[in-house]
Amino acid sequence: MLQKLKNGIVDSQIFKSVFRHGYPDNDLDRAYAIFSNVFLHVHPVKVRRSALRMRYTFCLGGITLLLFIILAVTGIWLMFYYTPYTGLAYRNIKDLQFVIFGGNLMRDLHRFAAHGMVLFVWLHMTRVFLTGAYKAPREFNWIVGVVLLVNTLVLSWTGYLLPWDQLAYWAVTVGAKMASYTPFIGQNGPWGPQLGFLPTNDIMFMLLGGTVVGQNALIRFYVLHCVVLPLVVTVFLAVHFWRIRKDGFSGPL
Amino acid sequence: MDEKVTREIFPRDSRKSYGLVELMKKTAPIVRKEPEDTVYVWPNLLMIEIICAILVTVGLMVLIQFEHAPLRSLADPSTTPNPMRAPWYFLGLQELLVYFDPWYAGVVLPGMIILGLMLFPYLDVNPKGVGYYTYSERKFAVFNYSFGFAIWWITIIIGTYLRGLDWQWYWPWSNHLEHMNPALVTLIPLHLIFVNWFHVSEGVGKLFTDVIFIGYFALGTLIPMVVWKPMYKAMGLWRYLTFSFFFLSMMGVALKIILRLLFNIKYVLVTPWINI
Ligand code: HEM
Repeated sequence: MLQKLKNGIVDSQIFKSVFRHGYPDNDLDRAYAIFSNVFLHVHPVKVRRSALRMRYTFCLGGITLLLFIILAVTGIWLMFYYTPYTGLAYRNIKDLQFVIFGGNLMRDLHRFAAHGMVLFVWLHMTRVFLTGAYKAPREFNWIVGVVLLVNTLVLSWTGYLLPWDQLAYWAVTVGAKMASYTPFIGQNGPWGPQLGFLPTNDIMFMLLGGTVVGQNALIRFYVLHCVVLPLVVTVFLAVHFWRIRKDGFSGPL
Repeated sequence: MDEKVTREIFPRDSRKSYGLVELMKKTAPIVRKEPEDTVYVWPNLLMIEIICAILVTVGLMVLIQFEHAPLRSLADPSTTPNPMRAPWYFLGLQELLVYFDPWYAGVVLPGMIILGLMLFPYLDVNPKGVGYYTYSERKFAVFNYSFGFAIWWITIIIGTYLRGLDWQWYWPWSNHLEHMNPALVTLIPLHLIFVNWFHVSEGVGKLFTDVIFIGYFALGTLIPMVVWKPMYKAMGLWRYLTFSFFFLSMMGVALKIILRLLFNIKYVLVTPWINI
């Protein structure tokens, strides 16, 4: 019965039009399943048996990716309820907490996946370091990785402002204040004032769109957090995965 | 045959868009790896990935049953929370503000950490230890990575558990509601210590500290060049100088933390423009 049903599905014109291969129970279709699928083809068709050893990667890169995907999905869901306006943002979050169905679930998932991503990106980097996987010919992918690490941190930080509560406001105020101490281009930094940088034209002003954290800062952080940085991460991830395939995986031979 | 031989027989030619990749002595399409030893990604690897994904998702679901995303009161520019804690992953940098001025702790040092991480593959010339965990074959590299991140994590722990009101040092058993008297600790720049010890003028005291600061970097670079000659030879001059700069800066952070916590030294180097 089941077998018949399966055959019926797999042989149907719809299945064939979508997947363009049979059910992957033989080697040919297993190969097709990977390389004719845009999502799966980041994998090679075959891998060495030893590459399956969990105690090499501990799946850390993969877990980081999974958390990023969870963040994208829950983040888009949250965007439906969030307004980047100082008069509304906080109330939107309160609504998510107390009114909207699933609001707490999505917010909690988003928050803890973010913490998790920071942690796992570090663990993954440590794994790569300890297995010497950054050495030639993979030096450049390590650099791509560092860019991803920095982006992950900045993503977390920009997201921190969005709830517009005391935690958000002051963490970002203190963080942005650091920018004003940048040498040469910050109002408080060494050689900043001498070069003509004032509270109204220095790097912190550029970051916040004002002299204090206000509406302009909120909209900037919102756009960075929801559009710019996720796109940057996605592009660098594409390069990252491409390079793993091109440089070859370092795993046990 | 290796790539060099291939290139001799079939030189690369930019006028051709195709070429021979490599000549091999074997018959299998995969060389230097046993063909029998490979398995299909579907279902072998995919299954591992799916199980891993399910475990992580379940873990996350369980976690959020116990912990919830925080939401404090509405942002209020007129009341600063005390203490003001950055998110945990930036607490290390926040803690460093105790030991360094903001331009260094908040801007230059993070920049150097990022740059140093990026340069690591180019400074580590040891070809050993690719593709497996080893400490004994690359002790020094592992030491550097561990030392840097030990500072990172220790300062995070200090920032999370040992800092209280006004970012003062509070033990877990101290009264966290009572302000500490800041007058209990007097911070002094290093050169004033020399002024007191040797009864010299401030200018001479500063000269001492300048010499110590420059000497630290100069000797720190020169001595290993002589003592560990093979290492220096293997790295070459520029690579070695770059490495030495980052290495001594990292050690400097640890030294400054110790000087500040144990001896209340505020600055080692005082100049009209910057203090470190
Ligand atoms: C958004 C963050 C990141 C994601 C999603 C990610 C994902 C991955 C994945 C899935 C792999 C395959 C092997 C594995 O799972 O370990 C990998 C490999 C690799 N990653 Fe990342 N990564 C990220 C950040 C980083 C960082 C911060 C570094 C280092 C600074 C890095 C350096 C590397 C290198 C060199 C490899 C090749 C490893 C090898 O051949 O053994 N990645 N990455």
